[in-house]
Amino acid sequence: MSGPAAPPSVAPVPAVPTNALVEYLLRLGDDRLVLGHRVSEWCGHGPILEEDIALSNVSLDLLGQATMLLRLAGDAEGRGRNEDALAYFREVVEFRNCQLVELPKGDFAFTIARQFLFDVYAVVMLDALTGSIHGELAAIAAKSLKEAKYHVRHSGEWMLRLGDGTDESHRRVQKAIDDLWRFTGELFAPDDVDRAMQAAGIGPDLAALRPTWESLVRDVVSRATLTIPNDLPRVASTRGGRTGSHTEYLGHMLAEMQIIARSHPGATW
Amino acid sequence: MASSVDGRQFVGDQAATIPGDAQWPVWEVFTQGAQGAPHEHAGSLHAVNAEQALQNARDVYARRGGVVSLWVIPTGAITASSPSDSGPLFDPGSDKPYRHPQFYNVPRGVRGV
Repeated sequence: MSGPAAPPSVAPVPAVPTNALVEYLLRLGDDRLVLGHRVSEWCGHGPILEEDIALSNVSLDLLGQATMLLRLAGDAEGRGRNEDALAYFREVVEFRNCQLVELPKGDFAFTIARQFLFDVYAVVMLDALTGSIHGELAAIAAKSLKEAKYHVRHSGEWMLRLGDGTDESHRRVQKAIDDLWRFTGELFAPDDVDRAMQAAGIGPDLAALRPTWESLVRDVVSRATLTIPNDLPRVASTRGGRTGSHTEYLGHMLAEMQIIARSHPGATW
Repeated sequence: MASSVDGRQFVGDQAATIPGDAQWPVWEVFTQGAQGAPHEHAGSLHAVNAEQALQNARDVYARRGGVVSLWVIPTGAITASSPSDSGPLFDPGSDKPYRHPQFYNVPRGVRGV
């Protein structure tokens, strides 16, 4: 997918099954919506003021990306649902984010480790998507890629500091890596939706991205004096979050995220 | 330890730690608004090293745009004049107009003067 420059956004949307395209855009958008909300839970609780602001910036970047992607998904769906309708009025089984991003924020080490694993994934994925023949998606990817490159610099620096820091910081971030690793299998396991997007030139070969992702991750992890667990990442046969199978945590998160919009439909401020 | 994520105390570099302040060292931030423009003091922040200072400066002072370059400098690396020196240092300059290059005729067409 790398190579060709993004075509102008007036390029016609390629002929692919609408459902597959909508599913694909929901996966990209929901990853960012859910992770953005998780990171926002640090607002006012960051370890120091500067880091509180940094995490809030990351959260807002992710929510901005989610807004663009869910709007595009709503347009592709053609049923009149905009990004707010998709964010606030879908049930948990309709969400298409990977399970990695829905886990509770945990301690700071867990938040950073999860963010780092996702940020590297985002850079690899968005870089590939800038070559999509879907002009609007390629444009969103190009805009988001700049943000993702900063995010990984931020979380990567913290990985080094925590891993190569005190005994306690090392222990905590190593435990986070151990707990999170099995959730990374889902990121690179293509299904029919991914294959349809790849065939149409809209999305990359998902499985082919994993070696790039893993070498980038392993480089930082080893420099942080941390280790990757030996057990292979779990790849659920049901595809997990991508097909609506979520951990128990997402429902609780959505209840909090959606309650205002559902209690006051159409409210503005 | 409320001051740092992992409880370490960072000393050294040339960053200053305010006495009684258990937080990380202080850095001064300078932002440049356009190519060729001077870097101007924007404020200060806490960080454990230069990379983190640069990142925090980006997040605190450049996140709303309008910045093309950042400098971060450990506060302790700055040597400042003291208020008690202001008489000897600055007062003599105020009544010596011949030290101002204002008696020259600048040729027309010269820019940047």
